[in-house]
Amino acid sequence: MALNTPAVNVPVAWRLAALRLGGFPVIPTAILASIALVAILAEVIAPYNPEIGTLGDRFRPPFWQVGGSEAHLLGTDHLGRDVLSRLIFGARVSMVVGFTAVIFAGVVGTSLGILAGYLGGWVDQVIMRVTDAWLAIPALTYAIFLAAIVGPSMWNVVIILAVVYWTRYARVIRGEVLSLKERDFVRLAIVAGCSKRTIMKKHILPNVLNSAIVLGTLMLGVVIVTEAALSFLGVGVPPPKPAWGLMLSDGKKGMMAGYWWLTVLPGCCIMLMVLAANLLGDWLRVKLDPQLRQL
Amino acid sequence: MSTPPLLEIRNLSTHFVSARGKRVVRAVNDLSLTLRAGETLGIVGESGSGKSTLALTILRLLPPAARIVQGEINLDGEDLLKKSDAEMRHIRGKRIAMILQDPMASLNPLFTIGDQVGEPMRVHEGVSRGGAWTRAKELLKAVRISAPETRVGEYPHQMSGGMRQRIVGAIAISCEPALLIADEPTTSLDVTIQAQYLKLLRDLQHAHHLALIFITHNLGIVAKMCDQVAVMYAGRMVESGPVRQIFNAPAHPYTEALLQSIPRLVDNRQRLTAIDGQPPDLAAPPAGCAFHPRCPKVVERCSLEEPPGFAVAESQTARCWLRDPR
Amino acid sequence: MSANGPVLEAVKLTKHFAVKRGLFSGSRGVVRAVDGISFAIPTGQTLGVVGESGCGKTTTAKLVLLLEQPTGGLIRFEGRDLETLGGTNLRDYRRSVQAVFQDPYASLNPRMRVGTIIAEPLVTNETVEAAEVRQRVRGLLDVVGLPDRAADLFPHEFSGGQRQRIAIARSLALSPKLIVLDEPVSALDVSIRAQILNLLRDLQAQLGLSYLFIAHDLAAVAHMSHQIAVMYLGQIVETGAAETVAREPKHPYTQALFSAALPSHPEEVREEIILPGEVPSPLNPPAGCRFHPRCPFSMPRCSAEEPRLLPVEGRLAACHLYDQKP
Repeated sequence: MALNTPAVNVPVAWRLAALRLGGFPVIPTAILASIALVAILAEVIAPYNPEIGTLGDRFRPPFWQVGGSEAHLLGTDHLGRDVLSRLIFGARVSMVVGFTAVIFAGVVGTSLGILAGYLGGWVDQVIMRVTDAWLAIPALTYAIFLAAIVGPSMWNVVIILAVVYWTRYARVIRGEVLSLKERDFVRLAIVAGCSKRTIMKKHILPNVLNSAIVLGTLMLGVVIVTEAALSFLGVGVPPPKPAWGLMLSDGKKGMMAGYWWLTVLPGCCIMLMVLAANLLGDWLRVKLDPQLRQL
Repeated sequence: MSTPPLLEIRNLSTHFVSARGKRVVRAVNDLSLTLRAGETLGIVGESGSGKSTLALTILRLLPPAARIVQGEINLDGEDLLKKSDAEMRHIRGKRIAMILQDPMASLNPLFTIGDQVGEPMRVHEGVSRGGAWTRAKELLKAVRISAPETRVGEYPHQMSGGMRQRIVGAIAISCEPALLIADEPTTSLDVTIQAQYLKLLRDLQHAHHLALIFITHNLGIVAKMCDQVAVMYAGRMVESGPVRQIFNAPAHPYTEALLQSIPRLVDNRQRLTAIDGQPPDLAAPPAGCAFHPRCPKVVERCSLEEPPGFAVAESQTARCWLRDPR
Repeated sequence: MSANGPVLEAVKLTKHFAVKRGLFSGSRGVVRAVDGISFAIPTGQTLGVVGESGCGKTTTAKLVLLLEQPTGGLIRFEGRDLETLGGTNLRDYRRSVQAVFQDPYASLNPRMRVGTIIAEPLVTNETVEAAEVRQRVRGLLDVVGLPDRAADLFPHEFSGGQRQRIAIARSLALSPKLIVLDEPVSALDVSIRAQILNLLRDLQAQLGLSYLFIAHDLAAVAHMSHQIAVMYLGQIVETGAAETVAREPKHPYTQALFSAALPSHPEEVREEIILPGEVPSPLNPPAGCRFHPRCPFSMPRCSAEEPRLLPVEGRLAACHLYDQKP
């Protein structure tokens, strides 16, 4: 009964995880690198111009289905544009917008979170009240509002997304800083005579990077989908420039008619990218934390 | 003695195996001990010695990574390791009770004191809710909590640390167990509160004829409360015997060094005799006797072979080659 | 000057914390964490401070380290009042007064290498070339018994005792005059404690350091200290030479405290003084002598009048038993 009860069976997922924790994260980097490569070499790789379509060729399914042809490997959309080419060019937009927005938001949000958490007092009050007010506005509405003011363009979208989402970071990081502040090594740094700036830079920041990175990978998916919504409403990346999110929302019209490839394919691309970013973020987190590195 | 011992552990080994089976930590290694009814045993060891694992093994509350590889744990003659989960559930709380170190973690912040003290009674003895509530008040009185009638309706966060630990004690004795295992029960308590609590435990022990096992790193508790002591190091029991004998004449160099390294309250100006080195990594323990790298009396044999237990005096044994009669 | 007078003196040091009671009620309470204490730390010697939860010893440490500002009284460093010390002198104070805290796992920034951690006070306060910094770090590692290569490793690669050594090395970086030790060995394994206590004593002898040693382990404090101060609810109730106080405590609280200390041998029997009740909260200290509700010798005078620290048989005690005024 109790003697020699077997230990827990190690789930397959853990072994897969070991694959990436053990050393360099091969799979996620490969995925992201491929997407980046595709984005860079879009002009060379894509078989067709993504913005122009042949109306006579609308709604062609992918080549392995009836009615598909090898001329359009992944089919065409409602305007006869080649889906594969659009996916390839769309990589560009999604990568740039996704990563840049997340990084901008991260830098701003983390800095403000650290300042609010460590300095306390009126600095904290001001930053937090601003954050609260910001958060009270639904992200999408806010984004649309801003986009309507500044006009649609890819870089405007990046800035808007950063502006809308920095508050998520600020909140979480501030909470961490509040508890970090009480740790003995911070107290000892004060006793050693370190200035507040030095403490925030050398002691607080490295210890909140963990959370910031994880948060970043979580936000990536949200940002991409928000970008898609903006595009759908006409205030995002302006059509006919392809973006995966835009393709997703465009394709919705075709779902009922059975044109699954218009949504599923861009959806898969988004999913792949977000998954890879998450895995990479995990690896990065471990790499930056000396303690976890050893495991 | 004619009466059989209450608890008899023979050759118990509990190992922790890592997920891929590559690392084995022998947390408890071939341990044997005996405890009679009404006796107090102190199990002394530092972190990593295996003492808490031993307690969890007796109660069969080990985490999934642990395997009980060999041995017997006989409670009143019945081997606990052969019992089913359902049978163990009837034993825990009823025949064997446990007190842990952190009273706040031992109590559920969402339930009243009365509910928690009454729980074992209702589970094991089928006492009604009202009956359990009444008995809870009596138990609180028995553990010297003032105003028990009001306390039963209160919540753990309204109590001080010392009071919470006493409530945990009340829960433990509620079904009149034969054996009470206390794992570092006073480590988080203030000195004077600790004194109160230890006195309470001793009085409870006499009143209920309890056998008590103290698991501690503090030899002071052993000196004050225990009749027998077992010293653990790296999963092995390196010395055991009556407390007085061992304090007067420790047979194992670890016990001896430990006793010499503790500061005294008075007559204490001399330098302490420190033990060199660090406690061993249980996943890769030293060859031979696990203590040999730090032992002031090490001989060559110690690094080659692990010593068995040798009888040193009446009922005192030590795992040390220096005690080999040959 | 500094060789003769005490390195640090506290004169009627007070720290009150304002507490808001309840979310909406305007009434405020005052936590009198430290209430008018005076003590002196002689150069090259150790003042030990003992007491239980809420006595104010940790707040005292924070006041000495300027982590909190006193609400009353003053601190004198080498004869000069701290308040009159401006910017640079305040910095001098910081360099001369360093600290080692209880938890070796929280005292070191997990993301900094050990060499950087030890050098931090140095590089913050002085402009030193990198090569010299490295050399001084190596010297400090040597002084605490760690190898040179430790400088390149991270804290998690060390055991608790080793981390505490790193913390001690860091505290020595600026050649301070006073080190505040707040429970420096409580979180360490028993066999390691003696190593660290010996190291601290050796450093004191070699470098002429003064220590403010705060701990709840009475024997460790009695062993390390030249002078002892016993605190209760923010006040010092007894203070004097360590041996005098430990051998024959005069204040009833000190007597209870020392009698509650665990023995180092089963035959070491002390008179058992069990105090009733709990340690009261510093939010609402009793009137008159704060100890009177729990004192076995309390008289009517005790609830009305606060006793003063008066000389009693070679030490100071604040108790009406020894204050034979009508």
